[in-house]
Amino acid sequence: MVEIADLLAAGLLQSFEPLNFAMILAGCMAGLFIGAMPGLGSVNGVAILLPVTFLVPPTAAIIFLAALYYGAMYGGAISSITLGIPGASTAVATVFDGRPMAQKGKANQAMMAAAIASFIGGTISIILFTLFAPPLAEVALKFGPQEEFALMILAFATFIGLGGDDIPKTIFSILLGLVMAAVGFDIISGKPRLIFFDLVEFQRGIGFLVLAIGIYGIGEMLWTLEQTGGKVKLDYVKTTWAEFKKHLGQIKAYLPTTSLGSALGFFVGTLPAAGATPASLMAYGLAKTFSKDPDSFGKGNIAGVAAPEAANNAASTGSMLPMITLGIPGSPTTAILLGGMIIWGLRPGPLLFANNPDFVWGLIGSMYVANFVTVALNLALIPLFVRVLAMPFTILTPIIFILCFVGVFATTDRMFDVWLMLALGLGGYLLRKLNYPVAPAVLAIVLGPLAERSMRQSLIGSQGDVTTFISISEHPISLGCIVIAVMLMLYPVWSNYRRKLANRSTL
Amino acid sequence: MSTRTAELLASIALLVFSLGLMWTVHADGLKIGWVPERGPGSGVWPFWLSLGMALTSVWTMVRWFRRTTPESRNEAPYIESDRFGLVAVSFIALTAMIFLVAIVGTYISIALFLGFYMRFIGKHSWPMTSTTVLGAVIFIYFLFEWQLSKYLPKGLPIFEDGFLWLDNFRWEYLM
Repeated sequence: MVEIADLLAAGLLQSFEPLNFAMILAGCMAGLFIGAMPGLGSVNGVAILLPVTFLVPPTAAIIFLAALYYGAMYGGAISSITLGIPGASTAVATVFDGRPMAQKGKANQAMMAAAIASFIGGTISIILFTLFAPPLAEVALKFGPQEEFALMILAFATFIGLGGDDIPKTIFSILLGLVMAAVGFDIISGKPRLIFFDLVEFQRGIGFLVLAIGIYGIGEMLWTLEQTGGKVKLDYVKTTWAEFKKHLGQIKAYLPTTSLGSALGFFVGTLPAAGATPASLMAYGLAKTFSKDPDSFGKGNIAGVAAPEAANNAASTGSMLPMITLGIPGSPTTAILLGGMIIWGLRPGPLLFANNPDFVWGLIGSMYVANFVTVALNLALIPLFVRVLAMPFTILTPIIFILCFVGVFATTDRMFDVWLMLALGLGGYLLRKLNYPVAPAVLAIVLGPLAERSMRQSLIGSQGDVTTFISISEHPISLGCIVIAVMLMLYPVWSNYRRKLANRSTL
Repeated sequence: MSTRTAELLASIALLVFSLGLMWTVHADGLKIGWVPERGPGSGVWPFWLSLGMALTSVWTMVRWFRRTTPESRNEAPYIESDRFGLVAVSFIALTAMIFLVAIVGTYISIALFLGFYMRFIGKHSWPMTSTTVLGAVIFIYFLFEWQLSKYLPKGLPIFEDGFLWLDNFRWEYLM
């Protein structure tokens, strides 16, 4: 415990270094802006801005991106409340009560509740993070290739069991990402693989960032253009000190369910497929269940704004836990962060705690600081961000397209990758319209090389005996992961069966 | 084209793509089984996972045929005609921008793209358009060329020379 406190203190000090603190400020501002824009969420911001972070050292870069991730969770509430359109999918549940509050002229109170609840969610989850991360990393240090591979199977199984998307399409998306990761030279045999049309450019493989920017930059903007037709309408909001003081008296009303929602959000956030969106919906349901007046939900109950906002912030911190300790991202955004860490020359996983304590504790320290910075910026600048929402799509869209192009080129120095990004973005957009989920593919292309290596190492070690993954005497953790993974994959079948039974009994 | 037709076409295209991947692995002579003394062959991963992709595409087709997926029951157009124009124009303009990079270089190309998009799609005023274009070009030059030391494409030599002059100036007086 004392050791953790020392490391945390060092991390906190680190985040007050001028460069790192500037990164927190910049990241929070960028995140608030990106989160507030309808259609853009943390994952888009992190994908599009990752190339820019090569400007600064890795610790400062991840601090910037983590602050952006945070800020986007706060920012999502702004457009949910003022526009009635969630700024990001993570803020869907905020619309339920946030929009009615705005229509009753209480947009101010809703915004403040969202900001303060986000702060509570962030604080509770970062404390949980600090307590859970070191012991988890300690356990993970003993993992061999069997355990690594089983964990990845578990990560993908969560998409099938809990993702809620069409199952064959989800599996397709996972497999496509894993196969795309295999393009280029095979790391074990050195043979070139899947060199399409004999283009030498494919020998270097398909970079995860090319796919991520294609899907979350180009594809997402095409999607948003189609959904909104390029037009948005909004109400303006003013915040005053007097309003804020009045609000402080109301915190009592939503504090208990918000704290509960935060803890729930943290644990849901650690699951790769679940993340902030389901966490916020679950927290909303929780707040409604425990409320003395459940009928007022959906009509502008302040607790209905606070609980989901706390949960989505908590989930964003939660999704960093498996990324830092196990090297398995807990969300698409952390999948891109993980890819970034590999580019920076860090090896994500349990060794990070031992080999790069400055990096890990700098990040953890920055999360405490970023939480304070974001709530302060958010409360102070709400009117400004609302005004920013009036920025027309016909300016935002071309600028995002330009940043995607320059970002991909600056990362790989090849026009080929820019064309590939364009093609993948268009493909992602067309498939997304048919309900093919894109997040599993992004996660899979990041984890693909690691998954393939750990599978082959395990099999080489066991002389081709596939039961090595489920050997109870040698690899009990791997067995446990695979059992849970199989249960998760069968869960949709089971719930389908139950639904059919229920239908039959009502006939 | 209805959403229903689109789903079928997409699953056929993805099936053909998956089979193509399997064929590519086979044609490259990669081992898809156990190689004695060496472990799993280099084709194991791409081959069997591509087979999985092919099978899930067939699964989607079966569900399409039985009208299980919501898309297979949806007769509404795949893209609403009043939105199609905006999406198509945006995508074509973007493609044109990337194509022009090889000829006139990054900066002229993004200026043309941004200018076109703001003025003719967004109907913004000329002063607003030109300020944003200028701001964007200077910002990208400053961030990528100057701070990140990335050499973005400058197009044909005639366009490149202008930037060489600018780079010289920067190295001479501003570093």
